[in-house]
Amino acid sequence: MEQDKKRLVVVGNGMAGIRTIEELLKMSADEFDITVFGAEPQPNYNRILLSPVLSGEMPFQDTVLNDWNWYEENHITLHTGKTVTKIDRMRCTVETEDGIVVPYDRLLIATGSNPIMLPVPGIDLPGVIGYRSIADVEQMLAAAQPGKRAVVIGGGLLGLEAANGLSLRGMEVSVVHLCEWPMERQLDKVGGGLLKEALEKRGLKFYLSRQTDAILGETAVTGLRFKDGEEIAADLVVMSAGIRPNIALAKSAGIHCERGIMVSDTMQTYDPKIYAVGECVQHRGQTYGLVAPLFEQAKVAANHLAQYGRMRYEGSSVSTKLKVTGIDLFSAGDFNPVAGDDELLLQDAARGVYKKLVLRDNKLRGAVMYGDTVDGPWYFQMMRDGTDVSEMREHLLFGQMHLGDSGHGAGASVANMPDTAEICGCNGVCKGSIVDAIVDKKLFTLDEVRAHTKASASCGSCTGLVEAILANTLGGDYSAKPSKKPICACTEHAHQDMYKTIRARGLKSIPELMQALEWKTADGCHVCRPALNYYLLAAWPGEYVDDSRSRFINERVHANIQKNGTYSVIPRIWGGVTSPAQLRAIAEIAERHEVPTVHITGGQRIGLYGITKENLPKMWAELVEAGFVSGHAYGKSLRTVKTCVGSEWCRFGTQDSTGLGIMVEQMTWGSWTPHKFKIAVSGCPRNCAEATIKDFGIVCVDSGYEIHVGGNGGVKVRVTDFLCKVSSEAEVLEYCGAFMQLYREDAHYLDRTAPWIERVGLPFVKRHIVDDAEGRAELYARFLKSQQYSQDDPWKERAEGKEAHEFTALATIV
Amino acid sequence: MNWIQVGNLEDIPRQGSRVVKTATGEIALFRSVDDQVFALNNRCPHKGGPLSQGIVHGKRVTCPLHSWVIDLESGEAISPDSGCAHRLEVRVAHGELFLEAEAGVCKA
Ligand SMILES: Cc1cc2nc3c(=O)[nH]c(=O)nc-3n(C[C@H](O)[C@H](O)[C@H](O)COP(=O)(O)OP(=O)(O)OC[C@H]3O[C@@H](n4cnc5c(N)ncnc54)[C@H](O)[C@@H]3O)c2cc1C
Ligand code: SF4
Ligand code: SF4
Ligand code: FES
Repeated sequence: MEQDKKRLVVVGNGMAGIRTIEELLKMSADEFDITVFGAEPQPNYNRILLSPVLSGEMPFQDTVLNDWNWYEENHITLHTGKTVTKIDRMRCTVETEDGIVVPYDRLLIATGSNPIMLPVPGIDLPGVIGYRSIADVEQMLAAAQPGKRAVVIGGGLLGLEAANGLSLRGMEVSVVHLCEWPMERQLDKVGGGLLKEALEKRGLKFYLSRQTDAILGETAVTGLRFKDGEEIAADLVVMSAGIRPNIALAKSAGIHCERGIMVSDTMQTYDPKIYAVGECVQHRGQTYGLVAPLFEQAKVAANHLAQYGRMRYEGSSVSTKLKVTGIDLFSAGDFNPVAGDDELLLQDAARGVYKKLVLRDNKLRGAVMYGDTVDGPWYFQMMRDGTDVSEMREHLLFGQMHLGDSGHGAGASVANMPDTAEICGCNGVCKGSIVDAIVDKKLFTLDEVRAHTKASASCGSCTGLVEAILANTLGGDYSAKPSKKPICACTEHAHQDMYKTIRARGLKSIPELMQALEWKTADGCHVCRPALNYYLLAAWPGEYVDDSRSRFINERVHANIQKNGTYSVIPRIWGGVTSPAQLRAIAEIAERHEVPTVHITGGQRIGLYGITKENLPKMWAELVEAGFVSGHAYGKSLRTVKTCVGSEWCRFGTQDSTGLGIMVEQMTWGSWTPHKFKIAVSGCPRNCAEATIKDFGIVCVDSGYEIHVGGNGGVKVRVTDFLCKVSSEAEVLEYCGAFMQLYREDAHYLDRTAPWIERVGLPFVKRHIVDDAEGRAELYARFLKSQQYSQDDPWKERAEGKEAHEFTALATIV
Repeated sequence: MNWIQVGNLEDIPRQGSRVVKTATGEIALFRSVDDQVFALNNRCPHKGGPLSQGIVHGKRVTCPLHSWVIDLESGEAISPDSGCAHRLEVRVAHGELFLEAEAGVCKA
């Protein structure tokens, strides 16, 4: 088995390479034997945070993203301090400087970039340092004695961060820059001017519109001479005049490169076995120097390495923030207006605020903000969405808060952001995902949010926003102690281990359980009782007697309560296939009972709406008579199995999706699950039955059946994860039963499959359903066993008089 | 006002409810887990949801529509919600249920 695994070799133990591995492990934990080579001696750290390390605001350990354990836990062979010097594409091997040779089936190049060292005399002198790695920072710190003089060449983002850091270390710092103002690629003249002023107040000295002619010194740096002849003294020179993709290795292996390593939309180089991501690549003519686009590339590369083959990288737009504590600056898009563009300006010298927005055809094209950047993410979002801003134009500059009723400070402005607003640009995390994580996973602290969503885990400039979202979502609970959250106020116990505890301690009824686990109330409440009833039902099939008093009304009376207190009746229509006789029967029943609304549901069935409670048993009796059973459209249970017509009729159909759907529905109907459960079967990848937004989706292909899990089409749409492919209908049934059983035994009551899978991870599901044939067979057997007891039609029973008290009044007073 | 017999205690399931229909609307009778009986208007103070269809727990019922919790003794919604489902007098004597109401009764 081990030898069969494919070998993936990664060159470059940096941010893009390791992010790709993380994404890959998420999708497919043991597809590859992974070997990583890194020229630096450290494990992967967050390069973005070098500036806080330089300035002394953060220790290096805090920047480590993947510590040594991480590599070990994930069975990754790591070679640090090893530079790969050769790729042999014929033999598919890589070789290091000191002679280690490792073969690969797939190679990932993520060699990043190097600082550009200007070709001027003296560039090789000791004391001239690039700004790229922790080693560079250590060198700078060694030289950074208070009172000594540093010169930073290059007034871009990195240069200014370096200058600020060295100045905080007590050095006298000058910045030499070619243009009229600093950060000209991100800021216009006014913004740049404000930034320069602010930095000058902190003690930096600027030499603008100046070009370096030579670096002076005999054995070490002593100074710098400009083209115009002026000389200044320096004990340390930091080169920060741009970066150049590190393509030497790829080039020497004959892989096509221009400025960077050329890659396609699938992040493959011209050699299809070799992928490349990060600052070393050139995609559609672009190279990138910020992490957000690299992380998008990582996702795509991982998706293809895992052979999902679904995603494409289509380039990124980027926004920038400067990480100098105390200076707020944001820039995105095209901020230099051309003819025909509109420019909106706000300048408040006293407050030190400057904002410029550029509009073209009523859409935001670019934004520069200085001093007040709260609305940066909002503008950036509208820019990427192409939102028409003509309606809000007059308030646009004042920010999002001014659109609604304002006055609650930063918190309220966070509350007003749409769920799709991107909060963390580095990791592409939007507000909705943060809020969901806080709510679903019961997060209380910034660190927990970072751990779960990665928001604010890279450059940290969105920390304030994330904290505001935390405070806003949790209300008064913010920063309370994290813990397993109790099911409700009646108990200290959490959902987590309820199913296992019930099995282990042999608890067989709600009162018994409440006593054994020391419930604080006599008979629980509407939150815990339905949950316990479900867990007991799942734990003791055939033995536990369902407690109708602990069921929500819909499940108690087997019909969906509507807003006026009447009910809907939706009979099961197997696989969505009906007949004239069935339709006639439904039509007659609907007429007889004067049903106000007959509606075709989204699940390929017919809904009868507006039935009074007393009428339900009568109507059911007639439906049962006509051969129908309950559709369970009201329950936390199997709902429908949606199908397309498949190979029987469709010219694209590859398999009998309809017949298979009916088989699946006949096996699964009547089962109770933690939350509702929907299935669909499509006859080909055109996917007319929308199988990829169902809890369990089957997509037929020529060679068999693809199984997809964890989709959801509700409030928050989630596309399924691909689980595996099987070749027979019998296997589909087995995987389906086993998956439902795993969900029944592991998920919390009221968890849909989508959040459940996000919590436990797809690898967990794969381990149980795909890798472990024996375990799968056992799950399937348990599912079938419990189905023996759950396929009695509840409508038939009630039409025959069961629980009659539910449907009749006690008395009528006249 | 009269005490009108509307049925027996056994007609209402424990932790359950039954409805008595009147000319002026429905009355919901609840039986708690310890066999106490309460009567309220069968209309949730929120949006008129049928309280008789809710889950009964302790001396409370949770409305099936939007989960307001109503106190069975007073008929008041539990805070933070507020509103009242108006309690009626009901008595159990020798297993028989008597409701205080204005007219005669006809068994369903
Ligand atoms: C000081 C600083 C501040 C920054 N601030 C920000 C910011 O605020 N926001 C932002 O988005 N981005 C910022 N960036 C940019 C960001 O850090 C980079 O975009 C990102 O690290 C690039 O990732 P990568 O994997 O492509 O390259 P890297 O992270 O550089 O990783 C490449 C790795 O490959 C190794 N390597 C190269 N060649 C070989 C070889 N032949 N064999 C073995 N190993 C090799 C290198 O040693 C390196 O460890 C900053 C960068 C710096 C230097
Ligand atoms: S999913 Fe494929 S087989 Fe089914 S109806 Fe659509 S095109 Fe035809
Ligand atoms: S979409 Fe909303 S309104 Fe429509 S049926 Fe569903 S819950 Fe009701
Ligand atoms: S109607 Fe009762 S909670 Fe809304």
